[in-house]
Amino acid sequence: MKRIGKYSRRKILKTTSAAAAALTLNSSFPAILRADNNIKIGVPTILSGRVAQLGISVSNALKMAVNNFNDEGGLDGRNIELIVRDSRAKPDEAARVCRNFINSDNVDAIINAEASGASFAVQEVVRESGTLCLHTVSETSRLTADPSIRTWNAFRFSRQGIHDAVGSARYAASVIKEKGLKKWMSVNPDYAYGRDSDDTFFWALERFAPGFEILGKGWPKIFQPDYTEVITQIAREKPDAIYTSLWGGDLVSFIDQASLYGIFKNTQLFAINLADYTTMSAVKNLPKGLHSATRYVAAWPNTESNRNYDQSYTNLYGDHPTNWSWEASVGIDYLISAIKEIGNTDNNKIAEYIKGKQKESFMGVGEGNTVTIRENDQTIVDYSIGWGTTLPKEPYMDNIQAADWNTIAELEKEWLADKGWL
Amino acid sequence: MEIFALFDCIITPACLISQTAGGLKIGMLLFLVASGLTLVFGVLGVINFAHGALYMLGAYFSWQVMSITSHFGLAVISGAIGVGIFGLLFERLLINKVYNADLLVQILLCYSVILILDDLVMIIWGDEFLSGIGVPEIFQVPPIFIFDAIIPPFHIAIILISMIVAFLLWIIMTKTKFGKLVRATAINPKMLEALGVNTNVIKAGVFMLGSFLAGLGGALAASLGSVVSGMGNSIIIESFIVTVIGGMGSISGAFLASIIIGMARSFGAVAMPLFTDGIMFLIMVLVLVIKPEGLMGKKK
Repeated sequence: MKRIGKYSRRKILKTTSAAAAALTLNSSFPAILRADNNIKIGVPTILSGRVAQLGISVSNALKMAVNNFNDEGGLDGRNIELIVRDSRAKPDEAARVCRNFINSDNVDAIINAEASGASFAVQEVVRESGTLCLHTVSETSRLTADPSIRTWNAFRFSRQGIHDAVGSARYAASVIKEKGLKKWMSVNPDYAYGRDSDDTFFWALERFAPGFEILGKGWPKIFQPDYTEVITQIAREKPDAIYTSLWGGDLVSFIDQASLYGIFKNTQLFAINLADYTTMSAVKNLPKGLHSATRYVAAWPNTESNRNYDQSYTNLYGDHPTNWSWEASVGIDYLISAIKEIGNTDNNKIAEYIKGKQKESFMGVGEGNTVTIRENDQTIVDYSIGWGTTLPKEPYMDNIQAADWNTIAELEKEWLADKGWL
Repeated sequence: MEIFALFDCIITPACLISQTAGGLKIGMLLFLVASGLTLVFGVLGVINFAHGALYMLGAYFSWQVMSITSHFGLAVISGAIGVGIFGLLFERLLINKVYNADLLVQILLCYSVILILDDLVMIIWGDEFLSGIGVPEIFQVPPIFIFDAIIPPFHIAIILISMIVAFLLWIIMTKTKFGKLVRATAINPKMLEALGVNTNVIKAGVFMLGSFLAGLGGALAASLGSVVSGMGNSIIIESFIVTVIGGMGSISGAFLASIIIGMARSFGAVAMPLFTDGIMFLIMVLVLVIKPEGLMGKKK
């Protein structure tokens, strides 16, 4: 055999062919012909209708992370390919889209950016298929709190209703102490999320500030254009405070219409979903001093990494991130870390990696600015929950107070025991 | 059911005035939309499911004019006129092709138009809901107190505007030549054509007027809340309920039924806050059982 130095001709040919093939596949070859080599992630979300902008903000956040990963060379040259499809917020459509991802597109993982109803449908699809699934939007506690719904391959990276409820009630209790708010009313959308939110908020408030009185509850339909009947009820009862989980355009309409009655002059509004940029900027004359949880604002958590995240997103898309954006960003960040660490997309290994994993994050308030995916219920904890008061213009929020995660964990246990889910 | 709360409310001036004013405002805004729907059905025999989409267009048009001119009155009028012109084109290009078609074909056509318009507004104005056009400066004042009842001055303006529109509509339909021709077209269009009247012009005019009313309702609604694709879907259901209760094709019936629905929503929120939608449907069922042609409808 002819030798060149210490290498045989066969060895040289083998090595150079392999290198040429690798280079061809990873760079000069048309992307479409390399597509099967990509790591595919299916994303069912809402891209049409009244909350389309939120679905788009998820897609934007995911693209931002994926582009960085791909630009850095991917996983040994394998890029991540996002396949984002519209479910139109319908559970059956979300399940169909998800099945197609698994059966036709052969995705390696699902990032489920669906609202609660559709998330339960997606959960059942991935339970059957065993595909790794990261829920990044649904806030209904039951999705991960109820052991009968949980599955080994699905994780929650979104806020959870009970966490927000405890944080909200704790904050409300501090305002009650300061201002003596005794008489309460609530206005919540008339569907599962609104009822859950109402139940958990007053359940938690009872623990922090017992002795309040509920004068009445308004249940407007989702997307209701006219809130007059609810507002006249508030004007008649004259409560000291109102709790609402209305969101998006519905919350904007409610605040605009209630302002005409001068409701917020003497009544404190606690709106859990107000402090998202899209909502606050749409209120015609945002009153000063309304209380809201910080869904997503650059001002909270007040850290450089959060401000950098806001800046990077804003530079790319010309708009601020939303609550759905940060949840998707944290989810994809975990997934990319897992893929890099494990070196492949083995769903079992990724699930094991994620379970119990503590990770630094711009939304983290755990030790060293971390969030954690709790091992027992596969759900995110130690993410930033803050409450504060509104300002009419940017930065929109003031006097923000952080929720205490020890208190949240304590009351969450009590709530789980009440539900029989502990 | 909190029947005692309702009784308390009725005997308390503050509550009675507040709920009545609220009910009138709900009813009058509803009348603007429902009157156009019933007019189109009564004369043209078309169940225009796309009427809610025209209401949405009125909101978007007024938002657009408001963002350019910052003039509330101009924005509202432009919204209404813009939708009126759009309605004329809609009738000439599409609706008049299905006047004699099967009901299913009419519904399919209207449904297609709803889907197209819902997507079109998202392409033009974006996916996110828009902040409304707001209340004119003159009405940005503290609410009026009557016997401790709170009434926003802008609500009084909306009630007055709607009542003026209802009065003008009544004048047009009963006292003008156009109104007589419209009524004649509804009863016997062939006879009218034999007399040399171009009924196509009358039909187009009626559809345009109905669209104008939907646009006006949408423009005024844009002053009270956000503007979003698909916002017409909820108003169309209530408008159909009004049309059925009042009598298909009856403007005065639509006026009466709108007030009934407004009051049912307003006082229903006191007595049965979880059943306000149910009350509307219950009234509709009762009317259908007792007087199937509607309160002011004519027996056929």
